[in-house]
Amino acid sequence: MQYQATVRIEQKAGMLDPEGTTAKRALGQLGYQVSSVKTAKLYEIVLEADSAEIANQKVDEMCQKLIANPIVHNYTIELKELN
Amino acid sequence: MKIAILQFGGTNCDLDVLHVLKDVVGVDAETIWYKQEDLTGFDGVVVPGGFSYGDYLRAGAIAARTPIMNSVKKLAAEGKPVLGICNGFQILTEARVLEGALTTNEYPKFRCHWTNLRVETVDTPFTSKFRKGEVIRMPIAHMEGQFYAEEKNLAELDENEQVVFRYVDENGKVTDEANPNGSLENIAGIVNTSRNILGLMPHPERASESILGSDDGLRVFESMVDYITENF
Repeated sequence: MQYQATVRIEQKAGMLDPEGTTAKRALGQLGYQVSSVKTAKLYEIVLEADSAEIANQKVDEMCQKLIANPIVHNYTIELKELN
Repeated sequence: MKIAILQFGGTNCDLDVLHVLKDVVGVDAETIWYKQEDLTGFDGVVVPGGFSYGDYLRAGAIAARTPIMNSVKKLAAEGKPVLGICNGFQILTEARVLEGALTTNEYPKFRCHWTNLRVETVDTPFTSKFRKGEVIRMPIAHMEGQFYAEEKNLAELDENEQVVFRYVDENGKVTDEANPNGSLENIAGIVNTSRNILGLMPHPERASESILGSDDGLRVFESMVDYITENF
């Protein structure tokens, strides 16, 4: 089966998000007062696997080994089956 | 004695390090393209600065996972010294041979200027030629230099005297103003627990001849060379 995993990577709570802070300030200069801006990265990974469970497990491994840095990031994986 | 200087796609401080080692310190050194995975015959490694793989994913993330890094780990396991400068420091943290992570500067701008650094320990292969507490000058040039480690790891770094350099003012005081990137506890460089792997954000190779404005960085290389001479 073919699956598409959407991996969302964000900074752990309590860590600085300088890009978000800068975007918030720039929005303020454009007249938009917002409470906060947080940045995140999105990866879409398409892979073959025998089951959704295996696909999920593989993508989790990829996150641990490369896609995220577990010291500073939290990540979520959303999986969908492709036709 | 022979020192390897690693080259990845996007490394750009390799030739500066080569110049300092060969022409200023006067030892044999060679640039090694990352695809040559064998480091047999080398007594030390420098992972120089630059923008390996365009800082894609995270600074240093891709280079850290190339097979040559296994050879670097093997060489380090023999007690030989490994020096990571700037992007090299980022690569070593991403490779998990050094604690913590280097994230985007608190003020998210590429900062390129001189910094004052306090030498926190001389008990490393890279700082034997300094005095403890000495204030030295080396430049930084980075956008992802904010050192972060979880609280428990940070405490261990302090406890084991693994912090080698801190950003300070000219009087040697740790202040927020002297911190160029928001690094926790003004940390600019650390070693591993075995003390033979050093990562630092400032560039010692850019401060190795007085014509450059400082030759404080030269002593990092001289210390490393002394250590190799005495031990290998």
